[in-house]
Amino acid sequence: MKHIDTKLVEKKMGSRLTTNTVAKNVFLAATLFGLLVLVILIYRVVADSIGWIDFEFLTNKLSTDPEKAGIMGAISGTLWLMVVVAPVTMILGVGTAIYLEEYAKKGRLQAFIQTNISNLAGVPSIVFGILGLTVFARALGLGNIVLAGGLTMSLLVLPVVVVASQEAIRAVPQFLREASYGMGATKWQTIKNVVLPAALPGILTGVILALSRAIGETAPLVVLGIPALLIPLPDGIFDKFTVMPMQIYYWTLDSALVAEYANLAAGTIVILLLVLFIMNSIAVLIRNKFQRRF
Amino acid sequence: MNNKLEKNAVREMVAKNKQSRSVSAIFEKIMPKVLLVIAIISILTTIGIVFTLLSETIEFFKIIPFFEFFTGTVLKPLGDNAEFGVLPLLTGTIISSTIAMFVAIPIGLMTAIYLSEYASERVRRALKPILEILAGIPTIVYGFFAFTFVTPLLRAIIPSLEPTNILSPGIVMGIMIIPMVASLSEDAMSSVPYSMREGALALGATKLEVTWRVIVPAAMSGIIASFVLGISRAIGETMIVTIASGSNKNFTFDVTQSMQTMTAYIVEVTGGDAPAGSTLYYSLYAVAMTLFVFTLIMNLIAQYISRRFREEY
Repeated sequence: MKHIDTKLVEKKMGSRLTTNTVAKNVFLAATLFGLLVLVILIYRVVADSIGWIDFEFLTNKLSTDPEKAGIMGAISGTLWLMVVVAPVTMILGVGTAIYLEEYAKKGRLQAFIQTNISNLAGVPSIVFGILGLTVFARALGLGNIVLAGGLTMSLLVLPVVVVASQEAIRAVPQFLREASYGMGATKWQTIKNVVLPAALPGILTGVILALSRAIGETAPLVVLGIPALLIPLPDGIFDKFTVMPMQIYYWTLDSALVAEYANLAAGTIVILLLVLFIMNSIAVLIRNKFQRRF
Repeated sequence: MNNKLEKNAVREMVAKNKQSRSVSAIFEKIMPKVLLVIAIISILTTIGIVFTLLSETIEFFKIIPFFEFFTGTVLKPLGDNAEFGVLPLLTGTIISSTIAMFVAIPIGLMTAIYLSEYASERVRRALKPILEILAGIPTIVYGFFAFTFVTPLLRAIIPSLEPTNILSPGIVMGIMIIPMVASLSEDAMSSVPYSMREGALALGATKLEVTWRVIVPAAMSGIIASFVLGISRAIGETMIVTIASGSNKNFTFDVTQSMQTMTAYIVEVTGGDAPAGSTLYYSLYAVAMTLFVFTLIMNLIAQYISRRFREEY
């Protein structure tokens, strides 16, 4: 008895192989679509900003006159924002990760905190803006200063740092901890002197990625009411401020009125993307260079 | 003499050791508590979000009945006879998310299939960073791209398209979500064991048949979860729609027109300095609550699907 109809198989083989080849190329084209968009996007912003990015653009203050406008205020605002976000997320994120990985007993509380963090990661950024507006800006009376924006951003990027730190701490092998205990070290000494140094590259990578997310985020700050006015440069975390994404936002909206604003927006985008690219490269570098495999 | 000195030195060492031990004993005791307090801040954040949204939303529903809010087709927050119907915002959100998913699902899934099943290791290593870069571009940049490039391009094809419309931000939002769908789906497909591919290939199936009839069904829970997370991302996306879709509050299904999403409404109201205590101010929270509930449900569905329907090998 014949199980396979050889003739039928042979007849269909050609078309099946053709379909396979066609499908492969369609899949490849879909994958390259992302590359195409990236190239167009970068080409557009670079082309729009040519002739606009110079030393004065970086060092001048904001101005309604496109020829004179610069983004010094936005750059210093971004830096001050990082002065708040970096330590706050680091302490909150790494602390939470240490608690969950080293101290918490497997149980309801640990599971609850864990689920809560993964749900927080899915909350739209604009909702964090409303939280910041209600709690930091209004209830605590901070208004739209760097501190209020920084705390809002810290809560927003917290899940990124927690998850990255947890993975880094989990990757530290148990025998290192046991060796430390064997030498008479206590639990906290072991964490401080053995676990954290070994997990540091992974933690730093997570922190840098979180900061780059905070630098590019706009929606929570729009909700906080960060002004588009020509404000003085911020001198500390209690000053009013603006950041690069906010500047891009206002210039893009107003480009219908003053066409040159689109060039200013494109120029700011180039600077913003450069900053993010450098930060991400550093993160990748740290991950590849210093991450020890045990 | 020498002996005496040594004795003293030892005594000092012991004393010092005791002292430092008492310091480290304090650390030992308080650190777990300090860390617990830090860990609880994430829970406080959630409670803070739910509490602020809920308390002001309840105030809102005291002024505008629940039913009127969810069935009203007119949203006219300013002026004397203000009306607060959320349906124009809901249709705006649903339509823009639908357009986004029409872009993100096919392209994201095909990208995942290519990277997981067809691409060689070298090609994979060259293409994956591109997806990561796309995923890392701030949404404000996509907003600029939609407004200054995609909209003019589409207007050349569809002349009736308005300068601000829901179609262009929808498409760009889809592009933004492609990396998310692609990488989550690829993870799901890569975790299907190799023996299943080999089994199907040994029976004479082509690569496409293996992928479509074996790998994709086996990885279905992860793939669907990636779609749901993508939808959640689209619903919560703010800057692209705010910039490129304008603030038209008409109740319409015409994608060539400007439509406002829930997120864009929040931006408009907070930018306009709504006086605390006004209906306009409370409406902000009611809309934000609706948005929060929508995305939360989507995220819970995604978690449920990937946990409940995961095929274990």
